[in-house]
Parts: sequence; structure tokens; C-alpha cells
Amino acid sequence: MLGLNKKDTTLLLVVMALALFAPFILNPFPEGSSLAQMFNAGYPDLMQRFVIYGILVIGFNILFGLTGYLSFGHAAFLGIGSYSAVWVFKLIGMNVIPAILLSMVMAGIFALLIGYISLRRSGIYFSILTLAFAQMSYNLAYSVLGNPASNYNLTNGETGLQLLLDDPRILGVSSVDGSLPVTSFFGLAMRDSYQLEIGSWLFTFNVGYYLCAIIMLISFYISIRIFRSPFGMMLRAVKSNQQRMNYTGLNTKPYLLAAFVISGIYAGLAGGLLSSMDPLAGAERMHWTASGEIVIMAILGGVGTLIGPILGAGFNEYFKNILSKINDDVLHAWLAFLPDGLENFFVGIMHYFVGKGWHLTLGLLFMLVIIFLPGGLVEGGQRLMKWFSRKDKNATETKTTPAE
Amino acid sequence: MGILEVKNVGKRFGGLQALSDVNLSVKENSVHAIIGPNGAGKSTLLNCLVGKLIPDTGSVMFDGQSVLGRAPYEINQMGISRVFQTPEIFGDLTVMENMLIPIFAKRDGAFRMHAIEAVSSETGINEQAEKMLEEMNMVDKRHMNAAALSRGDKRRLEIGMCLSQEPRLLLLDEPTAGMARADTNNTIDLLKQISDERDITIAIIEHDMHVVFSLANRITVLAQGTPLVEDDPENIRGNPKVREAYLGESA
Repeated sequence: MLGLNKKDTTLLLVVMALALFAPFILNPFPEGSSLAQMFNAGYPDLMQRFVIYGILVIGFNILFGLTGYLSFGHAAFLGIGSYSAVWVFKLIGMNVIPAILLSMVMAGIFALLIGYISLRRSGIYFSILTLAFAQMSYNLAYSVLGNPASNYNLTNGETGLQLLLDDPRILGVSSVDGSLPVTSFFGLAMRDSYQLEIGSWLFTFNVGYYLCAIIMLISFYISIRIFRSPFGMMLRAVKSNQQRMNYTGLNTKPYLLAAFVISGIYAGLAGGLLSSMDPLAGAERMHWTASGEIVIMAILGGVGTLIGPILGAGFNEYFKNILSKINDDVLHAWLAFLPDGLENFFVGIMHYFVGKGWHLTLGLLFMLVIIFLPGGLVEGGQRLMKWFSRKDKNATETKTTPAE
Repeated sequence: MGILEVKNVGKRFGGLQALSDVNLSVKENSVHAIIGPNGAGKSTLLNCLVGKLIPDTGSVMFDGQSVLGRAPYEINQMGISRVFQTPEIFGDLTVMENMLIPIFAKRDGAFRMHAIEAVSSETGINEQAEKMLEEMNMVDKRHMNAAALSRGDKRRLEIGMCLSQEPRLLLLDEPTAGMARADTNNTIDLLKQISDERDITIAIIEHDMHVVFSLANRITVLAQGTPLVEDDPENIRGNPKVREAYLGESA
């Protein structure tokens, strides 16, 4: 289908089903139960982040997974996309399509410039160059270009760029009944939701989420095509053996630059979507820790695999979300069956791993994955499948042996 | 006038004069061996030919055109392919993909988004790669990861990858280093066959005298960065200067 082989078509259909039925899948517990409060993830905000970060990491994987060039500054493109989109909402109107297009174009231009310079070096030097560019962008956004008192206030500094009631919005309206207009797709407001109640379950279908999910599916499809094309094969060849590639009569520069720009555009798209869901852009989106998080998500999922980036982004966002929701009260409720002293003791220890300490647990999970599953969650899945198929085989073998 | 003309090439690394006054002429369709003791400058010379190093003095002409100052990939496009001492192949890719890549690179047609299979069969690249796999006797290994091949197979794959680009000059850097005797003999046979059947010039840097005397029809002996003598194999064997500089201990 669509120029894909059977295996890839299946993969695309699985991802499509997961994305379209996410409101069901992520809400397995009935509304109002304590498990729902903790583990349900089917609310618009979080689902949007799942797919948007999915897009971001899919794009990052086109660069890092195929060419092995580790960009440590991809958050810069995310930030550029975010700011571009907010500016469209301020100046043009509240339709998300022009905003998303501009964020892709701007990220593409920046990726071309940064990539052209950074790709003069490879390995760790390339990573450091991209990191330097990203930190430069961050500092420009945070202070230099964000001074509210100057005439060139592009980013509004640490407050972040936001919509105002007196923004021109030449193709839209500046305000609706004294409040800010909402982002929309030709009249369909991004924040609109349809709620479905089945028994005590509540499922939310959000317009913004479905827009992001469809764009994610298109992005995923394009990434499969890149992986399976001669272009992708050349990129994999660069990763596999740069030495041989140099003596194979192909100038790899244009290939690498194209991969860098494509992955920058993906990041810009993700930034544009973040702003489309919530029209506010801050410099912290470009901070180096944000770039690091992209790398972590890619490695968690499985670098160089098709489905890895989506798994990595989902895993990271999901655990970030539930871990930060657990506070001491919740812990006390969970451990109430223990004698008081022990209860306080365990809560005291676990306190550091949840709530505000969620970084610690996520870091430990990341370490465990790196040490035991160097191929990421995808390798975990493959091992499980192998284990099951071997078990099946053993089962049939033991069944047939007595018959002989 | 040979296909490869090296004139007065010199190269200095700090205090070490690695090459001085190297003159070398490789005749078209010959098998030319460059031998010499360790540190004679063989690898430095080779690196000057493929664009990895730029000599301080002198000129390197391939088919009437200077190669100096060109990037390795440009020199490859001129018709020089290089085989490395340890096989340099795309280990993470399949044998078939390894064969496809050099052909795609030569045609410069890889900037496409259609599936590899579709593009390569449409352009005839697939057929070309199949033919080369057959010639290298590796058809049954086409779906294997190249990294999983044996040392001898890796070498054959690398030579096949170079040949698939139809180069005019094939440069080999100690192609049998670290190989078992059987693999060495296979490689010798393969290279003989290549030089007999194809319109190709082979220049080979080699340590193993068995390989050199079974293949070469012209030999240059390098010693201390400068050519000692260039002659036919029979004369090299008997040359007292060569014996003294190099063969003395082993032959």
C-alpha cells in the first residue's frame, strides 16, 4: 500500500490504530477511580504531547538513526517553530495551517544554516557545534531578542511570547468579547472536545489531538519512505562506514545536509504544533536540557528503528506525567497497610523518586534500558517476541515427544 | 606514457622525509606491484594517489589529469577505486545493499524517495549488482549482514564493490594481510582473473613475496621513501641492490 512493502504497511496500520484509538487505549480505568487519577493518560493535553513529541523524535531519528550524526541542539528548531507559529497567531490570524507552515519554513532555513556549518565536522565535534548553536539560539531568545523595552522584541524574553488583546491579526479578529480568540482549523477550535460516556468510563476526543495525530501519521509515513529509499540507504552507508563512503565516488555532504534539514523541519513542525495547541512560546523550549531530552527519547525507543521514536516519546511523556503526579499523600494512601513507622520510612525514601523528583526515576529507567536493552524498547519487544516464540516451540515439542 | 604518472613526489611529516623524488609510471592494463620494507613510504605514496594526502612537491597524473587537490570521492569518479588493508565494507548493511551503493554512487541517482527495489530494478542497477554478486560467487549470501561474512568473503565483497564501479585503476593495499594461506591463494586467483578478463590496471602494495611474484608483471621497490629500482619480476629477484635492501633476510 502507498509504495510500502507488507511489513511496513502493517506497521503503519498499527500506529494508525494506536493513534486513532488513543483516547480509549489511554483511559483504561473508569472515571473517578483512584487508578484513573494516577494512570489514565487519555486527556487532550497529554495525548497532544505524545504525538507532537513523537513527530519531533521521528524527525530526530532521520538524522541520528540513519546517519549516526548526533545533533545535540535539536531543541533550537523546536523553539524556532514555536515562536514562528505564535507570531502568525499574533499578526495573521488564528488558523493553525499558516502557523504550522511558517514554523516548518523557518526551522528549515535555520537548519540549512546551522547544518551547513556543523556538518563540516563529524562525531563529537559535530555534536558540540550543534549544541553551541542551540545555546546561542536560547540566549538570543532569552535575553538579546527578548527585551520588552526594545523595538525588536521578537521573543519577549523570560515571560515568553504570548497573544495580546491588541495584536493586529489582520485576517482574524484581535479579540472576541474582550478575550483572546482561540486557535482553530478553519473554524474547528483546537480545544473543542467531544466526550463519550460509556458506563463509568469517560473518553475525550479532542480536535487538536486528532489534527496532531493525523500530521504525526503523515510524518511517520514519510519517515518510512525515507528509510526504505536509496537516499536512506546512502545515509545508512555513511553511518556504517564513512571511510568506504569517502572512496565510493559520492559526495556525502548534500545527503547529510538534506537529512539535517528534513529533521530540522520535523522539529519545527513539532514546535508549530505545540504553539497551535497552546499559543505560548518560551525560551526554555530551546534550552540544552530540552535537546538532551530529545536524544534520551530517541535512545529509549530504539535509535535507527521506525517505531522506536514513537515508543520513546510516549514512554518518556507518560512516565514524566504519572511520576510527577504522585505526591506524599498518595504514597501514604498506597502504603497505609504498613505499620506507621515502616510506612513513614518507605514514604521518606520514595519521596525522592516521585513528584518533583520524577527526574530521578526516569533517569534510573533510562540507565536500565541503556544497560540491559542497548537497542531501546524496540529491542525489548523483539526479545519478548523471541522468548514467546521459543516457548511456543518448546511447548509443541514437549507435546509431540510423548506421542512418538 | 602510463595511465598513472607519478613525478618527483615528495612528502614530509615534520622531521621525517616520508617520500622524496618518487617517480613511478604504471602502464595501462598491467599489474604493478609496489614493494618495500616497513617504513619505506608505501602507504604514504598510496594515500597521495587517492587524495587522502597532498604531496609537498611533484605531480600525480591519472589519464592525463592531475589528481592533486581533489577529494577522494572525486578521484574515485575519475576511475580509481581503492581496496583497503582491512576490508572496508558497510557492515550494518546486507551484502546486496553493499553492492548497490557503489553503483548508485557512480550513477549519482540516489536522491530519490521511491523504494530501493523499485529504483534499482527500473534503472538496471539491480541487474548490475546481481551480476557482480554472481561473479564474486556470493549470490547465496545476498541477504546476510556484511559484518557476518568471513574475512575472505569480506575481501571479495570489497573487491566486487570496487569493480562494480568499472574503475580503470584498482589500487590494493596489502590485500592478503592477515589471511590464511587458502584465502590468500583465492585472492590471488581472483585478482589474476580480474586482470585477465577486464580492461583494468591494477596497482598493488604488498608484503607477501608469494603474492607479488604470482601477480605482478612490473615491480617498483621503495626504500626509505624513494624508488630503488623499477623492473620486471625476473630482474627484481636477481637484483643485488634489492636483495640487500629488502629481500636479503627472506628470499
